[in-house]
Amino acid sequence: MPQTREDTSQQGHNSAINFQPQVTSALANSQLRGNFDKAMTGLMHKRSSAFADWDLDALRDLGQAVRQRALRQLPDLLEQLESQCQANGIQVHWARDGDEACRVITEICQQRQAKTVIKGKSMVTEEMELNAHLEQRGYSVLESDLGEYIVQMAKETPSHIIMPAIHKNTAEIAELMHSMTGVERREDAHYLTDQARQQLRKKFMQADVGISGVNFAVADSGTLCLVENEGNGRLTTTTPPCHIAVTGIEKVVPSLTDVAPLLSLLTRSATGQSITTYVNMISRPRQPDEKDGPEAVHLVLVDNGRSNIYQDDELAQTLQCIRCGACMNHCPVYTRIGGHAYGTTYPGPIGQVLMPQMLGLDQTPDFASASSLCGSCGEVCPVRIPLPSLLLRLRREAVDGDKTRPSTVPGHGSKRSGLESLIWTLWRVVHRHPTLYRLSTRLASQFRALSPKRLGGWTRYRSAPKLAKTTLHSAMHARSGRQPS
Amino acid sequence: MSQPVLLYPSKPDKVYLFGTCLVDLFYPEAGLAGVDLLEREGIEVIYPQDQTCCGQPAYTSGRNDEARAVAQAQLNLFPGDWPVVVPSGSCAGMMRHHYPKLFEGTEDAEKARKLAARVWDLADFLVNVCQIKLTDTGEPVTIALHTSCSSRREMGVADSGPALLRQLNNVTLVEPAKVTECCGFGGSFAVRHADISGAMANDKVAALAQTGCDRFLSTDCGCLMNLTGVAEKQKTGLSGEHLLSFLWQRSQSNREV
Repeated sequence: MPQTREDTSQQGHNSAINFQPQVTSALANSQLRGNFDKAMTGLMHKRSSAFADWDLDALRDLGQAVRQRALRQLPDLLEQLESQCQANGIQVHWARDGDEACRVITEICQQRQAKTVIKGKSMVTEEMELNAHLEQRGYSVLESDLGEYIVQMAKETPSHIIMPAIHKNTAEIAELMHSMTGVERREDAHYLTDQARQQLRKKFMQADVGISGVNFAVADSGTLCLVENEGNGRLTTTTPPCHIAVTGIEKVVPSLTDVAPLLSLLTRSATGQSITTYVNMISRPRQPDEKDGPEAVHLVLVDNGRSNIYQDDELAQTLQCIRCGACMNHCPVYTRIGGHAYGTTYPGPIGQVLMPQMLGLDQTPDFASASSLCGSCGEVCPVRIPLPSLLLRLRREAVDGDKTRPSTVPGHGSKRSGLESLIWTLWRVVHRHPTLYRLSTRLASQFRALSPKRLGGWTRYRSAPKLAKTTLHSAMHARSGRQPS
Repeated sequence: MSQPVLLYPSKPDKVYLFGTCLVDLFYPEAGLAGVDLLEREGIEVIYPQDQTCCGQPAYTSGRNDEARAVAQAQLNLFPGDWPVVVPSGSCAGMMRHHYPKLFEGTEDAEKARKLAARVWDLADFLVNVCQIKLTDTGEPVTIALHTSCSSRREMGVADSGPALLRQLNNVTLVEPAKVTECCGFGGSFAVRHADISGAMANDKVAALAQTGCDRFLSTDCGCLMNLTGVAEKQKTGLSGEHLLSFLWQRSQSNREV
């Protein structure tokens, strides 16, 4: 069942993400699974061809180094970014959380007596549910990224951070656009794109405010880089008289030279493109001698839990993310359940690592465990975020599982249950005492006929595993005559 | 940073075998086949009877305290300098890559680091340390290989299975679609998220069946138990076997003179 805008209002409030029922319905939806399988398989191929002629390991080392260096200087870089932007004529605002960011943006809209807002794609504004906030206050808000436009029309949330409507196929989109905008019901991507383009073009001209995200914020020049393919980003940031750029505080890099390797990694990892159709570099409002561009440019720097994550050296690696989506494209879990099943702004491996840190482990109780730890995400991450290790860290924190390392993530310990603790204690006792281990495994082998034929979820899909007639311990003991000990 | 280059030791006279708990209980023949293959290479295999489990089930469940307690009981079982070979990628990965982290800051840190550096995936050890030469004595057969994610991504030894199988003249190795994708096992994941795991396992078995082979091999007992369980439940006629068992059966008369 698609995630609707209303469903996500649970985020940040006191009800935990209800993952399991969403997984069950996603797995039962063969159309959805087909859509994701096809799309993700295509994206994996595109990525691997895009990097075919590159020394990918070296480039990923560079990407990681650039991001880590930027994060180490984060407080200084943010101050530098602020003063440089201000020197360029960009007004800078700080927001501690999503609510504060929404308030800041609303105030700007009020000051400009704006009525209509057009948006480029921005995941950070999804975090704060900006659209709902503005609509409740009477503003008309329109998403201009084609995928976001579709998702908004369907009253859903993005199911992927790069391709928000990837859960829908052409037939579903044709039906949706027909019923919502009256265009012909034609399963033709070119036709549908053209129709959307025509409708959006007018709105760009009418909008009072354009809101966009930021891919990289360059501290020493005060430049905001925005990567996109549809030209909607350029229109959003140049056509309306006011542009508000919204970004998480982690997106800052020291200088333009840092952008080049990150850009090479971002577009190839995300969509398999050498470069996107548009790379916007925004550094100031319109100048007196310029013919276009907004008369006012604002930058909203949003924390929303990021500085908490920043406190811990290991977890701070989460903030290296450049939002390419490669981890989800390559994740066998994401591919099977799709983005909506996660019920949070960010799905897939990065979501499983980021969301528990933002919302609390108690609010996302199934996130850390919903991985086979296959390592695909870590293998493709362009900035080498050790996603499987971070999932392990969160599993440990969820049960306060390590006396030598205190837990720090909000909601830690919420998964620790008395029954599981007892099982692990028994497991530990048996496996710490070789005599007891050999005795119990030998008994298990001897009485293997009595072993259960049904083992919960395991035997829903598989036959029960069969114990061998003899253990390797016994067999090796029997052979020991043949070899010196 | 990138994975460090593996520096293989020269071929030793002795090795320790860490059998792993799954091999111990469910696939002892795979462990024995590993011993047979190593002995044929002139290597004496020491099997410490006090070994139990590497600690991975607790570790991947976030239970570091229990994992450390059990892992600690293994640290003293391999006192010599000889390599420790493991017939399962994920257990080898646990010992090689996670022991140093698990014991970091404890009094066993040094011991754990030293042991970790001596741990090898058994198939990789046969290829790159023993430089084993296999002669095929079996009938022509077509098989598929499922390399575990731990062997592939954590241990970086995905090439060893195909390298061994290519030496067998009568064996045709076929590759299933999405060969690098996980089979869905993932330890407790298969129980905690049974439906997702089941969906992944079903897809993997379907991909293996689509190759037209009726037998597949795996380098990891977790994957093997997962996939053979699905294949059996669905009555696909597809059977699975550990790579080492297969290699030993195919090359048994290949004794050194």
